[in-house]
Amino acid sequence: MAKTATNTIARNLAGWLLPAALILAWEAASRSGLISESVMAPPSAVLAAFIRLLASGELVENIGISTLRALSGFAIGGAIGFAFGLANGLSRLSRDLTDTTLQMVRNIPHLALIPLVILWFGIDEEAKLFLVALGVFFPIYVNTLLGIQGVDPQLVEMGRIYGMSRRQLFFRVILPGALPAIFVGLRYALGIMWLTLIVAETIAASSGLGYMAMQAREFLLIDVVILSILIYALLGKLADSFARLLERLTLQWHPAFQPA
Amino acid sequence: MSVIALHPKQPQEANGPSATMRTPSPASPSAPLAFSLRGIAKRFGEKTVLDGIDLDVPQGQFVAVIGKSGCGKSTLLRILAGLDSPTSGSLTVAGGSASERRSRIMFQEPRLLPWARIARNVEIGLTGIAKGEVARDLSLQILKEVGLADRAEEWPSVLSGGQKQRVALARALVAHPFILALDEPLGALDALTRIEMQQLLERIWQQQSFTAVLVTHDVTEAVALADRVVVIDKGRIALDLPIPLARPRGHGSAETARFEGQILDRLFGRG
Ligand SMILES: Nc1ncnc2c1ncn2[C@@H]1O[C@H](COP(=O)(O)OP(=O)(O)OP(=O)(O)O)[C@@H](O)[C@H]1O
Ligand SMILES: [Mg+2]
Repeated sequence: MAKTATNTIARNLAGWLLPAALILAWEAASRSGLISESVMAPPSAVLAAFIRLLASGELVENIGISTLRALSGFAIGGAIGFAFGLANGLSRLSRDLTDTTLQMVRNIPHLALIPLVILWFGIDEEAKLFLVALGVFFPIYVNTLLGIQGVDPQLVEMGRIYGMSRRQLFFRVILPGALPAIFVGLRYALGIMWLTLIVAETIAASSGLGYMAMQAREFLLIDVVILSILIYALLGKLADSFARLLERLTLQWHPAFQPA
Repeated sequence: MSVIALHPKQPQEANGPSATMRTPSPASPSAPLAFSLRGIAKRFGEKTVLDGIDLDVPQGQFVAVIGKSGCGKSTLLRILAGLDSPTSGSLTVAGGSASERRSRIMFQEPRLLPWARIARNVEIGLTGIAKGEVARDLSLQILKEVGLADRAEEWPSVLSGGQKQRVALARALVAHPFILALDEPLGALDALTRIEMQQLLERIWQQQSFTAVLVTHDVTEAVALADRVVVIDKGRIALDLPIPLARPRGHGSAETARFEGQILDRLFGRG
């Protein structure tokens, strides 16, 4: 037990070795003047900016705003995508009615809508929510639908033979069977969520991380720009780790998640 | 499809010799019928798969159904289990209430839910019959019967093919069905596991005294297990052969070989 725990820690540490080495090299390169200060701030300056913005409360506020936007947009788009995925996976009629339309809309890159969205909503919250929700919708929709369509029909027949009600069939056979695919969609959607938000906040916002980065650019605060980028990366990683954890907890039965 | 109660199922004790002392069948002609098929026909579009099957099976009999691939064995079994209805003809299942007439079907694939632990998978056999503690106890009991009591809390993915099929058998039997239909349940297993499973199936059938209908491609298996072998050809019953051998039957005896020969001759039209 203790041995496996140390093993896991060791494995996790191994993943951080390369980034740590890169940061050290970066610092060294900056100090020796190999990288000009107007191109890249050294890690130590980024750290200083971090402490400065943390103390002023500006950083926490902006992270809070961005996270709230990301999660609300995700909740809206994810819920609608999930609902359509379920409906179209379970009902032929629903699929015939809506799937073609949805697949057509999917081919429009959602970021291409930014000018239109600004016309509609200006740079208000709705603009960001709309874009994030739209971006998140499709991966969740497509993967939920695929997941449900991919459930082994022999298992469904088995459930019927043993007299499961429609409700039991859904919760005990169809949903668990679709879950691995739904998680693929979830993780993909989380990536899109941050990406969309970065773009939206950079172009049309008056608060949030992206706005903070754009402001810093105007004042040539390259350390703050880099800090914002790093925080975006961290938040993205955090969301992905959370999804993985959820996946590990709910897919224990899956051979891929069983301890060797 | 008409399903009419013909004979109320008699209490087990009144059924003559106890299960373990079962006389080689076909059970005495006076034994009450488990089910009877009358003129069962099944067409898929233009294609006639079954063309008038008449079959009376007494309670507790072990019937093996043999025939070339595509001759309609699975179709017949699905009709018997109530999963499909015949184009014409009738199926009559004896027994009193619906629960006394319960039939179960087992397939070549175990069809276990990968996301449910073994005991939970077996409990599916009690859907609408028992819940909670009761269901748990019953499934642990039947798991013990099939020799998997110690695997109750594991995931299906860690079991071998034969073990999975034993779980499927436990799931089919946990509610004590009246009829058990088996569609090549051992077809995907290796030869040794298959013989083990045949012995297990025979033992449990003797204990629980359900009526068994086994579809198989394996003539040896049919002769080793069945009281009666039915050969289907061109949509009809081409041979209905009683196997009055004492149990347990050794493999490869002269007598079994004679029966096997008879069946093979009929299958390949040399009979
Ligand atoms: N749902 C269906 N629709 C159309 N044709 C079907 C259907 N089910 C079965 N058939 C046809 O009926 C015939 C008998 O099929 P069935 O599965 O009963 O054969 P089988 O005897 O079980 O064969 P095997 O030994 O290969 O399992 C086949 O020709 C098959 O193509
Ligand atoms: Mg078949």
